[in-house]
Amino acid sequence: MGNKLIVTAAPHITGADSTQKIMQRVCLALCPTLVAAVVIFGVNALILTAITVAACVFFEWASCKLMHRENPTGDFSAVVTGMLLAFNLPATLPWWMALVGAFIAIVIVKQLFGGLGYNFANPAIVGRIAMAMGFAGAMSNYPHPEGLDALASATPLAVADQLGSESYVTLLLGNHGGVLGETCAITLLAGGLYLIWTKVISPTIPVTYLATVAVLSLAAGRDPVVQLLSGGLILGAFFMATDYVTSPTTTKGKLVFGIGLGVITCAIRFLGTMAEGVSFSILLMNLVVPYIEELTRQDRLGIAKVKKNKEGAGK
Amino acid sequence: MSKFLKRSALGAQVPHEKRTSGMETVKMPLPTKIVLSMSQHIGAPATPAVAKGDQVYVGTVVGKSGGFVSSDIHSGVSGIVDSITTITGSNGAKQTAVVIIPDGAQTVDPAVAPPQVTDLKSFQDAVRASGLVGLGGAGFPAAVKLAPKNLDEIDTLIINGAECEPYITSDNRCLLEDTQFILDGIQAVMKYLEIPRCIIGIEGNKPEAIAKMRGAVPAGVEVKELPCRYPQGAEKVLIENCTGREVPFPGLPSDVGVIVMNVTSVAFVGKYLATGMPLTTKRLTVDGDIVKEPKNVEVVIGTPVRELIDFCGGFTDEPGKVLYGGPMMGTCIADLDQPVLKNNNAVLAFSRKASQTPKMSNCIHCGRCANACPLGLSAKEIVQAYNNGDVDLLVQLNADLCMSCGTCSFVCPAKRPLAPSIALAKIMMKNGGKK
Repeated sequence: MGNKLIVTAAPHITGADSTQKIMQRVCLALCPTLVAAVVIFGVNALILTAITVAACVFFEWASCKLMHRENPTGDFSAVVTGMLLAFNLPATLPWWMALVGAFIAIVIVKQLFGGLGYNFANPAIVGRIAMAMGFAGAMSNYPHPEGLDALASATPLAVADQLGSESYVTLLLGNHGGVLGETCAITLLAGGLYLIWTKVISPTIPVTYLATVAVLSLAAGRDPVVQLLSGGLILGAFFMATDYVTSPTTTKGKLVFGIGLGVITCAIRFLGTMAEGVSFSILLMNLVVPYIEELTRQDRLGIAKVKKNKEGAGK
Repeated sequence: MSKFLKRSALGAQVPHEKRTSGMETVKMPLPTKIVLSMSQHIGAPATPAVAKGDQVYVGTVVGKSGGFVSSDIHSGVSGIVDSITTITGSNGAKQTAVVIIPDGAQTVDPAVAPPQVTDLKSFQDAVRASGLVGLGGAGFPAAVKLAPKNLDEIDTLIINGAECEPYITSDNRCLLEDTQFILDGIQAVMKYLEIPRCIIGIEGNKPEAIAKMRGAVPAGVEVKELPCRYPQGAEKVLIENCTGREVPFPGLPSDVGVIVMNVTSVAFVGKYLATGMPLTTKRLTVDGDIVKEPKNVEVVIGTPVRELIDFCGGFTDEPGKVLYGGPMMGTCIADLDQPVLKNNNAVLAFSRKASQTPKMSNCIHCGRCANACPLGLSAKEIVQAYNNGDVDLLVQLNADLCMSCGTCSFVCPAKRPLAPSIALAKIMMKNGGKK
């Protein structure tokens, strides 16, 4: 039998990219921000990240073991979830709470729905939201670098309207209160650009999201730079809203998704009682992705649009 | 920007692997036998026109065209018909085949003479008699293609020299070695079909061929450099890139006033008008990681693959896959006794290691398949609909538009076999929901 030729359907070659490589690149893109977090908030930031990553990988392995699924931890997606979850926590958070968050993200949101590719929402986002509800006190106990001005006393968003252009540099460098991975805009942007450059993500979602927030901020009479650089916007726009599983695939869909994110974020920030709206806007938009997908399909080559017009006329 | 929103159609950055592009074509000596399948084209199979023991010559008709969409098949050797037999083709179907043992004399059939071509009708008849089928790979009878119903609406002839498949360089060699025949063929098609404009599309990875053609073409013929993104050579993609026109579906290039011919096909037309020698030989790229001496070979159609490989030094390792055509769209052959067909442009052989199918994992909905698809199809949605048996959705997604170029499978980071699944989805659509 050994000398028989192999017969399969074409194509007979595949590209060099793999799920694993993509996830590894996302991890790499998050690393500069992790370093910044350690510089700003101390070694606790590193320890907390290590704990959530280890917990996410463990929960992924354990739940698959229990459900008799193949061990998927080699694909690095749990590492990405762990890092993103940690980036959404204050560095002072008790470690056991981080474990709860990791459990919710990996077991409840991801594996119970079928594992990678089947989750309806971004696991790290749901983990963060659940924790923000359950551990409201600890989750908003933002540590702040010592010896700084009023900016450090709270997250900048809470006092956004009092901030002027003199705060821009502080916001860029992230030397202020907040969760550990959202403050340093420079490293987040660098990581985001790396992902765009390596074609892991398309710039469409982050650019439309940020642009929408900027435009609505201007319209609402707020400082757009402060709005863009504070809260979890940059982290959310580049790393969480671009999660493949829970974002649209077509350029049209990505535009709709980005605009929707911007509108909801601004609505929560400007009109709601909460200071921050990034995670809720991502969660809400995650839920409508299947509908966006259906309504924003690409035009197929040579397919006349007669059908579409008819449907449109009927409505 | 509006086009960008319409359809990404990024294609795929496939590896070129065109190490044979600088290798001049060598002629392979006569094989010990030739096996002429009667099904070397799209359409009705030809019927054997010879019997066991008959003497045939170079250019003798051994298979008579089986209908309008069909083609004659000619012997490339002089010799004796050994048998009329049944073979299993690379697609698994049983085919009738004529086996001929060459006598080595290569006596040319007395009937072979340059055709008398004076007008459209005699031109079409000549092409029909030549046994020409689409040599780019499709194998569509050329005489049918050159007789469109709306001839007066055809304003553009596109010559496909994209050669977007990795490894294959036979079209590149054709552009370099048969330049005059290509120009003669183009001139004849333009003259008799009264087509005012011709565009030769060549992918940018063949700078030598582009330069040579640019230096040689007459007025009215344009050489267009195509981007190096697979699949530039796909007919609909090529037409859109060269003219901006979208071929309607279902429909033909002629519906948008275009006829597309492969460079090798049009070069053959030029050569046939000069010599009258029907299609009996073919230029092939023989390559792959276990082929000892990769070559461009001119070979008699019907030569067993085994003898062709032997001519190229044999294998350096145990073969895994042996392909007719390129690694993106080529078909695997099950044994080395398969003969070379008219529409082959390459025979590639890969080691067992290179032939392994990578491990598949969950779809992560990255959308690369949809953004790469040259036709704007969403492979992941089509495959999902197929798995759910949802024919209505398959219709809505235009799954039947798929041309199986394999781009979606190639770019998938989860290594999912999207293209073959879509092929199954198309069958399900045809059968009205049955898998």
